[in-house]
Amino acid sequence: MDWLGPEEWRAVTLSLQVSFWATLVSLPIGVFVAYALARWSFPGKQLLNGLVHLPLILPPVVTGYLLLLTFGTRGPVGSVLAEFGIVFAFRWTGAALAAGVMAFPLMVRAIRLSIEAVDPKLEQASSTLGASPLWVFLTVTLPMTLPGIVAGAILAFAKAMGEFGATITFVSNIPGQTRTIPSAIYAFLQVPGGESSAMKLVIVSVVVAMGALLLSEIVGRRVAARVGGQ
Amino acid sequence: MRLKVALRHAFADFTLDATFEAPPGITVLFGRSGSGKTTIVNAVAGLLTPDAGRIAAGDWVLLDTERGTRLPPHRRRLGYIFQEGRLFPHLTVRQNLTYGAWFAPKDAPREDMGKVVDLLGIGHLLERRPGALSGGEKQRIAIGRALLSAPRLILADEPLAALDEARKSEILPYFERLRDEVSVPILYVSHSASEVARLATSVVALEGGRIVAQGTAAEVLGDPAVLPAGAREAGALLIATVVSHHHDGLTELDAGGAPLFLPRIALAPGTVVRVRIAAHDVILSRTRPEGLSALNILSGTVKEVRPGEGPGAIVALDTYAGRLLARITRRSADALGLGPGVAAHAIVKTVSVAPTDIGGGIRRAAPVSPNEPGR
Repeated sequence: MDWLGPEEWRAVTLSLQVSFWATLVSLPIGVFVAYALARWSFPGKQLLNGLVHLPLILPPVVTGYLLLLTFGTRGPVGSVLAEFGIVFAFRWTGAALAAGVMAFPLMVRAIRLSIEAVDPKLEQASSTLGASPLWVFLTVTLPMTLPGIVAGAILAFAKAMGEFGATITFVSNIPGQTRTIPSAIYAFLQVPGGESSAMKLVIVSVVVAMGALLLSEIVGRRVAARVGGQ
Repeated sequence: MRLKVALRHAFADFTLDATFEAPPGITVLFGRSGSGKTTIVNAVAGLLTPDAGRIAAGDWVLLDTERGTRLPPHRRRLGYIFQEGRLFPHLTVRQNLTYGAWFAPKDAPREDMGKVVDLLGIGHLLERRPGALSGGEKQRIAIGRALLSAPRLILADEPLAALDEARKSEILPYFERLRDEVSVPILYVSHSASEVARLATSVVALEGGRIVAQGTAAEVLGDPAVLPAGAREAGALLIATVVSHHHDGLTELDAGGAPLFLPRIALAPGTVVRVRIAAHDVILSRTRPEGLSALNILSGTVKEVRPGEGPGAIVALDTYAGRLLARITRRSADALGLGPGVAAHAIVKTVSVAPTDIGGGIRRAAPVSPNEPGR
């Protein structure tokens, strides 16, 4: 891809890296939270639900600033993690954290809906056949939820690719470190003559987004057919 | 192994209070919907914890609320056959069948997969997924899945209720074979007198959460005071032996020494069958009728006349073939002067006996002995 300059190319690979890790790390947490919201009743359930959905409703800048306060090097969580060598501030890991947090509500919603669609009667049948609660989850709930999990993951990946507000507030706009595609487009548009570079990244964004949608359609349909017992 | 069940559970609108024992063979929990049958089965399965109760077989205790013992469902080792099958749609038929065996203890006595597949006739379906199968096929697989989980007890909650008549008569023989060939006790929930007549080794009749009768199928179905499925479903059970098949499509049976003619039954002479005679298909006469088209006339003495709430009455008649119930109007009962001890003849049209009411094969150890004289 010669038509992408080194700076644009760096933004693209960084975006893919950030989105990949954001999705991968948040997926198991997302499945757990979605299961808890779908199947358990516990005190503070509404609070958890609200907390999960907060990034969807808050201005992204606010989310980014809250992340900075919490996970910054002097923040309560960030300072503790820094002692173990885990640093988020102004690193690509911070961009991944911001992207993951912003994409989390979409992921949880998709997975929760598909968990709620699993007939608890099938889970009962599984338990009468000798499966412990963990095995019921692994052999019945999880495989039947797979279309929703795939959809949620792809949705989260696409959302992470486009995250801008929280990322730039939390980890700034450092080339090669935190300058993802949206930040790069923003930066290019700030300098004279940057339009053509910005346009190229816009095309990449559109291609990636369309590709993600197409992939989720194909995978989703295939998994749904399998799970649907055809 | 005998399963002993004692349960008490209060619901918003009724209280279940039931104590019974289930011997080997099929014990049918018989009653209308809302009588507490499914609650009992779910309590045995561990899917519902009753307010108080004890469920045990020998020293194997599933539930004892007094001692705080409550095995979770997955440690009870049951084969539960649900009304709607509940097959796993994401697994193949073979994976569904082997699902339970995978969790069973290594040393548990197991049914042979090939034998069960043959018994149920599902060999050609093993690599398919359940989604595209017919209701009857699904239910056969559900039976196989339960059998192959190495269960110590089989539960079946109206396994035929969701099927049409043709599918029912397809599945019923499998339960008959299960009763006669599998050694574990089977708790079978039903509201159908036909199923009780064909399958039950013993019957627990329930009404509004209470047990109104328990005993052998012949005892419970022949008791005019016990009509858990309503007077419409009343009908006694005769035990008869196939004698010969006639050329005109009839099968002659021997019921307590008297001939009984039924539509052709595809069973060899010498086979003992159970025949349910629906009470509304029985006509009573004080004198032996002549010049009548009906082929079966059984004479006996009236044991009891039990008026119903409407214009009808149920008459219990002890004949040499066994106890019969007849549903007639109270007006007729009065006009004929029917009462305990009165001699009467029961007329049963051959064609009125439905094939679904005739069951073949009876467990030899069953407490119902063939040709049992009327009590």
